[in-house]
This record gives sequence, C-alpha cells and structure tokens, in this order.
Amino acid sequence: MVRFIARRLLLAVITLWLLATIVFVITNVLPNNVGRTILGPFAPEETVNALNERLGTNRPILVRYVDSLRGLVTLDFGNSFVSGKAVLPQVVGAVGRSAKLAGLALLITIPISIAAGLYAARRRDRFADRAIVLLGVTLSSIPEFVTGTILVVVVGVGLRWLPVLATAPDNADVLTQIRFLLMPAIAMAIVYFGYIARMTRAGTIEVLQSDYTRTALMKGLTTGQTMRRHVVRNALVPTVAVIAVQIGYLFGGIIAVEKIFNYNGMGSTMLFAAQHKDLPMLTAGVIIIGIVYMLATLAADLIMAWMNPRIRLDAER
Amino acid sequence: MVESTAPSPSPLPTPVPATGSGAMSERARARRELILLLLRRRAFLIGVVVLVIWVVCAVLGERITPYDPFNAFFLPGHQPPSPAHLFGTDRLGRDVLSRVMVGSRDVLIVAPLAALLGVGVGTLLGLVMGYYRGIVDDILSRVVEAFLALPVILVALLTLVVLGSSSVVVVFVVGVLFAPIVARTVRSAVLSERQLDYVTAAKLRGETGLFILSREIFPNVLGPTVVEMTVRFGYAIFTVATLSFLGVGLQPPSPDWGLTVSQEYANMIAGIWWPTLFPALAIASTVIAINLIADSLQSVLNE
Amino acid sequence: MTLTAPPPQDTALKAALRVEDLALSYVVRGIPRPVLRGVTFEIRPGESYGLVGESGCGKSTTAYAAVRYLPRNAVITGGRILVSGDDVTKMNDEQVRQFRMHHVSMVYQDPGAALNPTTKVGPQVAEAFAVLGQPRKEAEASAIKALQRVQIADPERVYQRYPHQLSGGMQQRAVIAMALASDPKLLVLDEPTTGLDATVEASVLDLVRSLQAETNAAVLLIAHNLGVIRTICDRVGVMYAGKIVEEGDAAAVFERPQHPYTLGLLRSLPRHGIRKSQRPLATIPGSLPQIGADLPACVFVDRCPLATEICRTVDPPNVDLGGGRTSRCHHIDRLGELTEPPASAGQDTAHGELTLSLSNVSKTFRQSGHDVPALVKVDLDMFDGETLGLVGESGSGKSTLAKTILGIETPDVGGELELDDHRLNPKSMERPTEDKRSIQMVFQNPESALNRGWTARQILSRSVSKLTGLKGKAVGERVDKLAASLRLSQRHLDLKPRQLSGGLKQRVAIARAFAGDPRIVVADEPTSALDVSVQAAILNLLSDLQSENKTSYLLISHDLGVVRYLADRIAVMYLGRIMEVGESENVFRGPNHPYTEALLSAIPNVDGAATARIRLEGEIPSPANPPSGCVFHTRCHRFIKNLCEVTEPPLIEVEPGHLMKCHIPVDELRRLQAKARQEDVVLTTPPEALEAAAAIAADNPG
Repeated sequence: MVRFIARRLLLAVITLWLLATIVFVITNVLPNNVGRTILGPFAPEETVNALNERLGTNRPILVRYVDSLRGLVTLDFGNSFVSGKAVLPQVVGAVGRSAKLAGLALLITIPISIAAGLYAARRRDRFADRAIVLLGVTLSSIPEFVTGTILVVVVGVGLRWLPVLATAPDNADVLTQIRFLLMPAIAMAIVYFGYIARMTRAGTIEVLQSDYTRTALMKGLTTGQTMRRHVVRNALVPTVAVIAVQIGYLFGGIIAVEKIFNYNGMGSTMLFAAQHKDLPMLTAGVIIIGIVYMLATLAADLIMAWMNPRIRLDAER
Repeated sequence: MVESTAPSPSPLPTPVPATGSGAMSERARARRELILLLLRRRAFLIGVVVLVIWVVCAVLGERITPYDPFNAFFLPGHQPPSPAHLFGTDRLGRDVLSRVMVGSRDVLIVAPLAALLGVGVGTLLGLVMGYYRGIVDDILSRVVEAFLALPVILVALLTLVVLGSSSVVVVFVVGVLFAPIVARTVRSAVLSERQLDYVTAAKLRGETGLFILSREIFPNVLGPTVVEMTVRFGYAIFTVATLSFLGVGLQPPSPDWGLTVSQEYANMIAGIWWPTLFPALAIASTVIAINLIADSLQSVLNE
Repeated sequence: MTLTAPPPQDTALKAALRVEDLALSYVVRGIPRPVLRGVTFEIRPGESYGLVGESGCGKSTTAYAAVRYLPRNAVITGGRILVSGDDVTKMNDEQVRQFRMHHVSMVYQDPGAALNPTTKVGPQVAEAFAVLGQPRKEAEASAIKALQRVQIADPERVYQRYPHQLSGGMQQRAVIAMALASDPKLLVLDEPTTGLDATVEASVLDLVRSLQAETNAAVLLIAHNLGVIRTICDRVGVMYAGKIVEEGDAAAVFERPQHPYTLGLLRSLPRHGIRKSQRPLATIPGSLPQIGADLPACVFVDRCPLATEICRTVDPPNVDLGGGRTSRCHHIDRLGELTEPPASAGQDTAHGELTLSLSNVSKTFRQSGHDVPALVKVDLDMFDGETLGLVGESGSGKSTLAKTILGIETPDVGGELELDDHRLNPKSMERPTEDKRSIQMVFQNPESALNRGWTARQILSRSVSKLTGLKGKAVGERVDKLAASLRLSQRHLDLKPRQLSGGLKQRVAIARAFAGDPRIVVADEPTSALDVSVQAAILNLLSDLQSENKTSYLLISHDLGVVRYLADRIAVMYLGRIMEVGESENVFRGPNHPYTEALLSAIPNVDGAATARIRLEGEIPSPANPPSGCVFHTRCHRFIKNLCEVTEPPLIEVEPGHLMKCHIPVDELRRLQAKARQEDVVLTTPPEALEAAAAIAADNPG
C-alpha cells in the first residue's frame, strides 16, 4: 500500500505541473495582447505598451514560465488586475464559500443517489429500474442553470417556500444558512443524481451477477444479509470514483448556479474576473479548482485501493 | 426476490441469421438490423423526434417562425402567453416562440462542431495511447489527466477572455477540452481489443502497427466511439448553453437559448417567467433527447 | 475408479434427489425456448451421480434448477424436483432459503470468483456456520475445524487470508468446507476442477471422494470431462439437447455404451492410448443443435447413423437394459452396425531432418522489482513432419516457450534459435517473410483468434497475400485450396466469425496458419475450447494436414489423451525447465521422471486406467521463487534428502532419444515405478520435502 501511495503522489505532482503548464500556455502562448485586452480596442498604442511593460508580459516566454511555476510553488498568484490586491486570499475565500454550497449539494445527492442506484439494481429491468434510469438520464442532461431557473420559478416565486437569493444575512446561524442555500444546492444535486445513481446501479448489477453473490445466497443468507455483507461494499467502489470526478464538474456548474441565486462564491468571483479581464484571478481560480479536483481523485483512488485487499497488502501471489 | 439476483437472462446466443447469399452486403444488413432494433425502443424514438424538430427549426429558421425573431413588435414588452403569442413576448416585445425556434440554430451548429473536434482528436489520441502503450502512453496519460483536472467552464472562461468571445473560439475550446475524455474511453476499448489473439495473429504475419490499428482494431471499437460521440454532443450543448448564459459565448442580439435565459432571468422575481422558462426547456429537451439516443445506442450495441 | 460400496438397498430410504420429467424453458424476447425436455433421474443417499454432456445439453441448468437458482426468464414448464421428498419447484422464497441452508450445498467452477474478494476467507466459511444459528465464536471454531477437514495444512493462517492470496486448489477446498458446513443431504458440484492444474485436480477429486464416504451425502457432479466423471461417480447420465439419453453405472456405460450418441462420443475421444498412426478418431457428423430449437422426437436424430423415420415422430422409449442401465433409443439392437473408422495406412512416423533447434534459451520477466524466470536454459529440437507435445501445468513455461519460438517474446541474451541452418531473429517483426511464413500459430480460443469484423475469406486472403506475396486471382485460388483441405465450403468463407460454430472457427484459424505453407505450426491447446464431439474432427484434420505437408507441430495441451494421440515426441516441463523428453510411446511406457509419473497418475482417465496412485502435496512453487537444486524436490514423492535440494540433477538417458533430469538411476526408477503400479498404495510427498518447501517459503516471504 505504501508503494501505491508513493507512486500515486508522484503522479499527482506531475499532473499538477502539467496542469500549470497548460494554464500557462493558454494565458501566455495563445496569441493575445494582455495590455490591449485590459484597456480595450480604443486605447492608444503607447499606453498599451506601457501597461504590458509594467505587467511584464513582454519578457521572454521561458522567464515567464519559470516565474509562473515559482509562483505556483510559493502559492503566489500575483495581484488582481482590478483591485491590485493579492489574488490568492480572495480566491481561497471564494472557494470556501462555494465549498459550503457544493458540500450541501453533495450531502443531499449522495445518499439519495446511492439508495436509488441500489434500489434500481435490485429490481432490474422492472418498472422501478427503468423509471430511475430514465429519470437519471433526463435529470443529468439538464444544465444547472436550467434546473435553477425552473426551481426559482416554481418553488421560489410560485410556491414561495424558499428564499430566492442564496446569501443569508450576516451572522445567520447554520440552519438559516442552510435554508438559504437549499435551492441552489438542490439545483446542483439534481444534476449529479443521474451520474451517481447510474454508476451505483451498474456496479451493483455487476456484483449481483457475480459468483460470490451466488455463493452467499446458496449458503442460505437472506437477500438483505447478502446485500449488506457482500454486495454493497463491492458495488460502491466505482461509485467512489464517480463522486470524485463529479467534484471537478461541481465547481464548473456552480458558476451558473451562483449567478442565478446571486451567491458570492467562487463562481461569481470568476465571472466578475472574466468580465473585467482579470487574468491573474482567473488563472488562480483555474489552478485552485484543478488542485481540488486532483485531491478529490487522489482521495478516491486511495479509498478504492484501501478497499481492495490486493493493493492494500501489496501481496504478490 | 431470489430470482432477481440470479444471473442475467438469456444464456442463449443470438440466433444466427439465415445465410442466403442475398444481394445486400453484410455491412448493410448489419446496419439495417441495428436501426430496426433501435426503432423499437421508445426512448430512441422520442429522442429522435425531438431532435428532428429542433433541427428543422434550425434549418428552416425564419421561414417557419410566426414572427420575425429580431424585430421588436413595438408593443410593450413582456406580454404573457396568449393565443397570438404562444410563448409570450420578451422585454423588447419580440415573440418568444420565434426566438426559441431560431435559437436552436447557433447551438446546433456550434455544439456538433465542438463535439466532432473533440471526438476526432480524442479518438486519434486514444488509438495511439491504447495500442502503442509504453512511454508514449505514459506521457500522454499524464497530459490527459491534467486536462481532465481542469474545470471545463472555468478554463473556457479563461480562454474566451484571452482570445475573445467568438463562435470559433467556443468550438475550439470545448472541442479541445472534450478530447481527453474521449481519448480515455477509446483507449480502454483499444486496450481490451489489443489483448485478443487476432492482434497477435496479425503481428505474426508482419502487419504494421498502422494496419493493425486502422483495419483490425478501429472497426471493432467503432461502437463505443459512436456512443461516446453522441454523449459528447449532449455535453457540448450543455456546455455551450452554459457559456452563453454566462455571457462569454454567443453575443446579443443572437436568440441563442442560454443567452436569452441570462438576459431575462432577473425578471423572474417579478413574475415574468415565460421568456426564461421556454428557452430553458428548449435546452433541456435537446440535451435529454440526445442522451436518450445515446443511451439507446449503448444498450443496443451491447446486446 | 469408483466407490466400491454399493448404494444401500433400503427402498424405504427416500431418494436424496429425484428429478421427474423436468421440462424448462428460457423466455427470450417473448418466445419460450425449451432447454430441458423431460429429464428424469434419481440419486440415492451416499451415491454419486454424474451428469455429462456437451455445451448446451442442459446439465448445468438441471443442477441449478435443483437448487432453485435460475434467472428470471427461466420457466419450469413441467415435472418436479424432489429433494428428500420435498418438491423444490413449489417452494416459496423463504422455503427455498431454508432448503439451501440445510439440505443442499453447491461447489462451483471458478473458486476464486466464488469467494468475496474483499473479505477474508475464514469469515466467509464461518458465515456458513453462523447462518445455521451458531454464535460467532462457535462459528469461527467450526470454520477452522472445517478447513482442517478439507486437508488444509495450516487452517488458522488460511483463515486470515484473502482469496487472492490462496492458490486455486486451496480456494476450492475452502469452498468445499463451506459447502459441507450444513451437512447437506445433496451436494452439487458444477465443474469443480475445470481450470485447476492436473495434480491439484487429482487431490481435490480425492478429497471429494473421501468426504462423500464420510458424510453419506448424495453427490450430483456436472462435468464435460468424462475422465472426472469416471473417477468420482458411481452412476452417470449422458445428456443431449435437454434429455438424458443413457444412464447407468459409470464404468459400464463408458466401457460398453448402449446409445449411438454415447458410443460416438466415446469413440471420438483418444482412448486406450491410440495413436494417429493407427486410425483416425471417429467423429459425429453434424453439429450440436442450437439451444432452444425445436427438435424432432428423438433429439439426436439429425446426427445419428442409425436414424430411421420412426425416430423423427415417435419418442424413443427408455429401454431398461437391466442392472440400472437405461437407454433412450429405438435401435439399440443395431448398435453393432456402428463400426470404428478403418485403420490408417501406417503413417511414416520416422522423423526427418532437424528443423528447429533451441539452445540455452532462457526468458526472465521483470515484475515489480523481482526477476521471474519463466524459462531456464531450455534445449530443444524439432524435426520435420513430427509433432512434439509440450506438457506441463501452470508456471511450467510452455506458453512462454511457444511465444519465444514465435518471436513474440525475446529470449535472454545467450539463447539461440535456429531454423534449418540459419539463426532466427528473436523478434518476429524483424524476421524475413520467409521465416514468418515458416512458423505460425493456432490459438486456444477461436473466439478471439479471428477478427470478428472480417469474413473468413478476408481473413484467409489477407494471410495468403501477406505471407506468400501472391496477388490477384492467385490469392483466391490458394484460399479455395486451403478451404477445401479444411473442409470449409464456399458458403462458410463468406460468413463472419460469429456466424460460425466453434469448430468451424477453429478450422478457419488453422487454414490461416497454413496460408503460407509453414514448416512449424505452434498449436496452443487447439481443442480445449471445443466440445468433445468437435475435437475429434479437428484432431483428424491436423493429422491429415501434417502428413500431406510434412509440417511439424509444437502441440501444447493439458489433455494427455490428445497428446498421446497426436504427438510423436513429448517434452514435460516444470517451472521453466524440461524435466523429461522422448518418444511418446517410451514416455508413456516409462520409466519416467517422478513428475511425469505423478502427472500421468493425476489426470482423470475415462478408461479408469490402473496406474500407480500418486498424490502430490504442496503447491506448485512460484516461478519467481524457485526451489534450489532440483526444482521439483519440494513435491517429489521420491525425494532424497541432502541430495535433491542441494544439487541440480544430471541429464540421464533412459534409452536413445529419451532423456530426463533426475538423481535416481534409471534402473532403480524402473524398479520402483513397476512396484508402485502393482501395489495399491498411494504415494505422496514425504514430509522432508514439505519441510524443505516451508524452509524456502520462510526465506522468501510473499
């Protein structure tokens, strides 16, 4: 297991480096003129050049590359073009707020999706199964901003059950905060329900068809006992992987949701940065979320490895 | 309850078709069989019907809309749905139904192009990675993983800021960001084919790698690739619509669905729901339709 | 070899399993397809009954029906299944569960898959006891006792292991331990030893026999290997297309079959040591019916040489032949008309020139930091027109040897491959076309050996043009010629692999190998994936092709009957080394290397051959961690302490052309082995050898 962890960490570091490089390529190699982008098409040439000089965008590529890597390692992502202040604290704060929303969404969707997946697998090809699969396919096709919109119209405006704006008043207690975050969280949870439920279903079906499930039933175990002791553990392994991957998509879709519900999380921050051409802010956001995704997949890989005795014991047989 | 956990039904092989030497070639016959199987599925039919409706709207556009989608009707805006305007009018007095119908065009051009780009590049990558393995695979896998770690919408935002918002850039960005996922799927399909003995047999008669990849392996991984392409198409619409919603995709006065939603959603609180809801439903219906098609394809190909 | 105790004659004793006229269909796309068409048989307590047949005959379905483990689309359309008097088909779910808990147990084909990979083995065995109501501590103790009972040497240690850490034999023993927990009235075994190595298979079969004698359970054994049935079962039922066509005492049925199908089946097996030079194998014309097809009254009529009109319309009666034997046929009296194929004009088995020569070939793989020697210093010669049989269990290196010859794997530095008079390039890709044509392969699994997207004609044409350089019409002509010699019709050529049966696919694969007129064809288990009735045709074809083209075969097989039939010379491999090599007859006659001796004794023989009984203990060592001195010493039943584990044995010559590596002198071996054949004692690995094995394991854990 130790060897596995070491190898996985090494790969993660390499991937991180590649990630940073890709971002660098986008911001520095693709044809663009930073000064021009900031000042707009009507600014005079000299002002643009002066700005570029100041921002250091005219230096040779290699120098800029090394600089960006150094910044990555020291966690210094530079200063915002808009506010002039250091970018990282702002991004981290925003990510933290988004994490609350994402966390609530996951908290809602994971138990329901897994339960649905298990239920569908048990009643395979019967009505309940088909309904759940269809529901999953349908719901996961709908972009978050669409579900958010529909929710707002139906639940927020029509039925008036939940507040429409997600930002609770300052110093609100946890329960109130949750009340405010509930609709956007549900909007996101709906999308991910489809993936997680279907993956759980597929994993469970495979386990249900396996020989060792047959052995358990032939020993005389009830289906309930079989499910609990033999099926669920093995079926959830691919689900763990899916959940990790979804965490990456979560932070993508969250932007749209935050816009609709007017929540000051990472999505809004990034959107603002995009509208104001604040490259350092955007870059930092991309890299931080990339790191979050990598950590999530790393954790998922480690969990799955731990659950697999072959890897856990490093046994060679 | 016991039965539901027994092995999956039908250990019987699919009946071998009678082999009269008909005029139809083997491939054509297989294709027709496939289509017939698909047509029997309700999900597939629904998906195709919906998609066709939107494609017709996109192609015929203004010729079949009840009103001109771009010209304001010079009435006060935000009329609720009525017999004259089935979907109501938007803030500038334009007929929502007409705008929704024409709004399909941009999405249905940009998204398929992006999907095609992604699938094309991804398939090539996947084939090479899966077949040659070794150091090429190791390096490319790292790159693929790095791309997968990037949040698609955010990176699209970043790139669109750098390069400016235009349809071409959207196609390019979404396509490139989709390629790694396709590559992964194709790679794993190639990996399982590669182990089969017919590949060894080909090597034993001295076939080049290129031959084996293109003539032996690729036709057999076509199935999963086609499914993947359909799925990517759905995601592409999803992503392009979201980007338009965020304001970095297509620009006004385009009647693009995502853009429309972003322009009108603030009015929902005031109770004006129709200019937002209908484009939103249009997006949802298109992506659902495509996913239904993809799902049916996958089930049929797996049989 | 069967149990000698006759079943109890007490008629008041209820049959442990009684299947009455069982009819079962699978519903596919709304249409019910009959799989079992009225199966009737009975097993008494303490008796072992074998159901034998080819793929699709319904034997597994019968077994699973008896335990009510059927897929949702299986429908029992008639008949009953009575276990100790209770009708299984009428039970509800809870009753079925109780039934499985107390009355019946099952042992499966793939023991590794039958165990939960993420749970330790011990608790899984204990669960079988806990289900019966034992509290946890007691169940654990029972589990350890059960593991001991199945002859697992270190039960506490095995208790703590995960399934993947155990060998196949150990896994199956654990599964058997689980099965016996409830002291079942009926024990069902579904291909329990398929996939296990020969020597391991033998000890597992022994275990089953001894346990059965202890527990007096009734045993239902499903197998396609007639040798296994003969070894374990008292009685046998031969199934074809969902019906039992013949039933009776196992030895009697196999010696004097009384049904055309059984007769054909037994005649198509290479039995009683026949060789290709004596006569071709009998084949059953036609092919197995499609599962679920509608069949005439006698299911065998389309392939039966004795068939007449009545067979199509009237159900053949179940004729009682006395002594518990029955046969379902209209024409039992005419069985004598079925004669064996005529003897072949004695084939020229004198081998020709030296074709292929391997010297000092070794192959070491690197696996996670360890060196795994798959082949160690192998010297081997092959001659024109001869078949060299390569025999060995897992880890023996026979596949690696084949791949090295083909150039798919490259040998370590120092090894040389020579074809005729020139050196062979170790990499297939770098060989000239001439050499590529000369050495070709037939694979084990015809499914994966042919590209499912190509037609047979395309497959053959491509091979012909690539290997021979022919163009245009010449290619087509050669393809037609190849098809003819493999008895493939023009119609077959236009089909894709999935439209061809297993036997036809294999013929296409063989034709492909012969496309370039090869000198040597490597055949890796060419018939293992095929049904018995199809094997014979393929073996005959291979034999004919060899005598026509003077091709040499390197035949890899675990089936000694096939090897004995086809091979002129045999090489026995163990852990990457050749233990013995010589002419077939000489090797089979003896004296043998102790490993060969054990192997010959282990393989279940449908003739119930009287060889010495040797049961090797211990596991096959891992190639990564080979024993010192003679690599076989850790299991050798003729182990000599302080000699065999210290020095590598010398190469000794038994007779010209027959070599082996052993410390024991030839005459001594001859004497000892003759003695073993006469006495009815079981020879087994002595404790000193097992200690030596343990010492090695201790030195190199994991």
